[in-house]
Amino acid sequence: MTKGKSVLIVGAGHNGLICGTYLARAGHKVTMLEARDTVGGGIAMRQFSDGFSVPALAQMHHPLHAKIVSELKLASPSPTPAPMETISLSPTGAHVTLGAEQVSGRELNEKDRAAYSEFMKEYASYAKALGALYLNTPPRLKDFDLADARTLTKLGLKLRFGLGRKDMREFLRVGGMNIYDILNEVFNSEPLKGALAVQAVLGNHVGPRTPTTALNYLYSRHQELNGAPVLVSGTAGSLETAAAAAGVDIKTNAAVKKIKVENGRATGVELASGEHIKADLVVSNADAKTTFLDLVGASELDAMFVHRISKTRTYGDVSKIHIALKAPPVFAGLETADLRHRLLIAPSMRYVERAFNPSKYGEYSEDPVLDISIPSMNDPSLAPQGHHVMCINVSYTPYRLKAGWEQNRDALYQTVIDTLSAYAPGIADRIEDHEILTPVDIEREYGVTGGHWHHGEMSIDQGFMMRPVHGTAQYQTPVEGLFLCGAAAHPGGGITGLPGRNAARRILAKGGV
Amino acid sequence: MTTVSSKVYDAIIIGAGHNGLTNAAFLAKAGLDVLVVEKNPHIGGATVSRELHDEFWYSNCSYVCSLFRPEIYQSLDLGRHGLNVVPLQGGVTFKQDGDYYGNYHHHQVRRREIARHSQRDADAVIRFDADLMKWCRLIRGMLLRTPPDPSSFKPRDAMEFAFLLKKFYDLSEEQLYEFIRFFTMSIAEYLEEYFESDVVLAHYSGGSIIGTGLGVYSPGTAYVLLHHAMGDVDGNVGSWGFARGGMGAVSGAIASAYQSFGGEIRTNAEVAKINVRNGVAKGVVLTNGEEINARKVVSNLDAKRTFLNVMDREDLPSDLVKRAENFKIRGSSGKLNIALDGMPEFPALPAGSPLTLGHMHFSDTLERLERAYDDWKEDRWSADPYTDTLIPTQFDPTMSPAGKHMMTVFVQYCPVEPEGGWDDDKKQAFGKTVIDQISEYSPNFRDLIVHAEIRTPNELEAEVGLTEGNIFQGELTLDQLLFNRPFPGYAQYRGPVKGMYMCGSSTHPGGGVMGAPGANAAREILKDLKLRDTTPEDFGDD
Repeated sequence: MTKGKSVLIVGAGHNGLICGTYLARAGHKVTMLEARDTVGGGIAMRQFSDGFSVPALAQMHHPLHAKIVSELKLASPSPTPAPMETISLSPTGAHVTLGAEQVSGRELNEKDRAAYSEFMKEYASYAKALGALYLNTPPRLKDFDLADARTLTKLGLKLRFGLGRKDMREFLRVGGMNIYDILNEVFNSEPLKGALAVQAVLGNHVGPRTPTTALNYLYSRHQELNGAPVLVSGTAGSLETAAAAAGVDIKTNAAVKKIKVENGRATGVELASGEHIKADLVVSNADAKTTFLDLVGASELDAMFVHRISKTRTYGDVSKIHIALKAPPVFAGLETADLRHRLLIAPSMRYVERAFNPSKYGEYSEDPVLDISIPSMNDPSLAPQGHHVMCINVSYTPYRLKAGWEQNRDALYQTVIDTLSAYAPGIADRIEDHEILTPVDIEREYGVTGGHWHHGEMSIDQGFMMRPVHGTAQYQTPVEGLFLCGAAAHPGGGITGLPGRNAARRILAKGGV
Repeated sequence: MTTVSSKVYDAIIIGAGHNGLTNAAFLAKAGLDVLVVEKNPHIGGATVSRELHDEFWYSNCSYVCSLFRPEIYQSLDLGRHGLNVVPLQGGVTFKQDGDYYGNYHHHQVRRREIARHSQRDADAVIRFDADLMKWCRLIRGMLLRTPPDPSSFKPRDAMEFAFLLKKFYDLSEEQLYEFIRFFTMSIAEYLEEYFESDVVLAHYSGGSIIGTGLGVYSPGTAYVLLHHAMGDVDGNVGSWGFARGGMGAVSGAIASAYQSFGGEIRTNAEVAKINVRNGVAKGVVLTNGEEINARKVVSNLDAKRTFLNVMDREDLPSDLVKRAENFKIRGSSGKLNIALDGMPEFPALPAGSPLTLGHMHFSDTLERLERAYDDWKEDRWSADPYTDTLIPTQFDPTMSPAGKHMMTVFVQYCPVEPEGGWDDDKKQAFGKTVIDQISEYSPNFRDLIVHAEIRTPNELEAEVGLTEGNIFQGELTLDQLLFNRPFPGYAQYRGPVKGMYMCGSSTHPGGGVMGAPGANAAREILKDLKLRDTTPEDFGDD
């Protein structure tokens, strides 16, 4: 691609920031257009009550891939965030702490401990083998070019020789399995299995018994290869700094209304304010439905393509609850030092599956799965002195709630507090303020269709060279000069930065005018 | 007292289910001296007709025939041996509001009927039929073939891979992705890309949960629909049929063909264990102590039963024992076989409607189907089950006295073991749930019931030897299909011990009354013996 092209990036989420920085460093004139008043999208900080700040949607993430950190010269956020473990809470107080290689808990038997270390190693090796796929443009399966051929070859070699014959066979067996059956083959402890199962279902409309959740688990394990999870609080800032340093022009409060298309080619955008901006290339950080159905418009696209995009499954399932506490919470069986880690209420796989079932029918369970962090334990600046802030991801709260979210946000909040109180008695009395973001709220505030965490289900049929749909799965779209760079593209959601990076590399290789 | 005869058979097949008989027939056809041993007094396994009530014959396990490979039918000349399959006539799903959806056999009639529910769906069904047919044709070509081992570099495996790849590459790129999506999606989500009408969605989804411990929203169920839709009768792909005389006619015809090649069958002969000496299978030992020698031992039992019940752990590699223990074979189905004093009326249908001649269902929304699955996950039988109900005596008079009828009701879902285990009260309660459901749509049904055989996974295991009552001898999920069936590294019909083979539905291509596993295993055995291959080649597309 010749230098000095003008590029507009619609949406300054973390993938957009990363994509823009890569393109700017390659010599192009990049402008980011962000609808909100801050950048970072779901990982931006949000002050929901005077003096109380939380990461907007995500709570924690694994460190970004080493390649992204070095290629963009990202400064580590300061202070250096401390790695977090996961504590799976048991109603009897027999909590289980899951680390990178070891697991501990007073009721865990030796068999489970040994099995955990083995299991972590085994799945790390599968995740590593898949790395070639995640770190590259997903290869087409037919009519592929040299880059695709290289990716396929790398993947094949890693699977056959990287893993070896026996492990490759095992990988081919577990790849399509559900996490429930896999974990029951290996472990006894219910809180341990519950926590691992959550890893495989978080953010998607699936339960532990849903087939192919093994692949989702492997995707999260791949992120874990970069290190233990840390709070997101500094990440948006460090990405913004790197972008600015590369010369990216970031405009906030600049919502895009339309992507202009002339003769099948993207020529720029029209802002909500009415301003028109021309550009050589347009890159969308938005989800596929927003990009194609709203911003571009069906009239510019092939009817079958529009049909397939509109049929992608994008109904979100996760709500976010923020709580301002006037004192640190007390959890039965946990020390204060434990509270800086991630806490999970998913005491068994049955519990998780039972929480999932109602969401299929537009309802939510009275016993929800809660993914909790208390960010102020790691970063006291997030709350006033002596106070604390708590974030909770509530799974299986469907976007299409039959009874309607407007009338039920408070009911959901009450259910969450009731569930929480069983593990943290007296917490209700320490609550000063709170905020609820249902999938409908997330859609409205962050511009994500369906309020979906991953911009669309992370299933095989909506994954890899079929994400978001085949025909636009290699970051290019049917509109010339228009690209996708967000979670709607491969490899999908989570805070990885990989869609942004892969998109940038693709644009630099193929985006020539 | 152990009796040992000096005779050494060329092959012994354990289990006279339809795959065991098919396997034996092809081996005998090649000139081998073959013995089939069967624990029951009757042959057929789950492919049987049983007279369980005076003059009423039940196909009390499998009940319709379509997947049976036409290549095997022809190659064993089963028509001459008494197998006569009559094509089925469509089906119907009754709605709770008194209406119904009739899945008429005739193309145009069906379209008009769909249009009665949704014009959009009537248009979409053209695309749907064409796409489904495409996948059927593709998959059918893989049934009568041994799966390749993806981790092997042997020429045979490489060539088989190349063959399969070429088949896929004959598709366009878009079709290739659509195929992958089809293979990995749930039936509900796959159908929702075509249809909008609740009852149409529900009608087409049902076939994908038969015998399966998955729900209509579980990924992988779209494939199971294919597994059931790709059969053919008289060349009509996708149609089902009745075997005249019930399913027993299928195994009866195969046994007759087998015996015409000199094959021997012994019933009331249960195998206690497979004899292994120095890592080589030498024959079997019956429960009465009798030892029978053979050069090849072929097990028609499911993978769990084969390796954990009739073989010694010391004779097996340790990882194989673990795999057999983890092999998923959970039953999820029940069955009612009912003798009726007359033909039940279904007032929702117009007088003289042909729709009672086919499959009848009473679940009209995806939500009801999915909730039925939720019950099974909690080890309960479905409070609102999905049933596949047929009354074959409407055109097969050989199975009941004149004017009377036999009804077969296949039920999803039914747990392997409800809380506290099965007892007669629970069985009756389960049966009542089903009878109550049908009675909602047929007011005179209950009064016509003369006898009802209620079967849970328990009965299926006890009578037929299908572990946990799984009708496919192992769940049909991605991790247990193709080169993973029954276990990775053991998907080519050869067992872990020299001279020992597997030929049942625990091997590719899996369950359903196909005969393909039996034939494929025979092909491998004959290959190892360097004998002429008597198994037929796939007909291919005509």
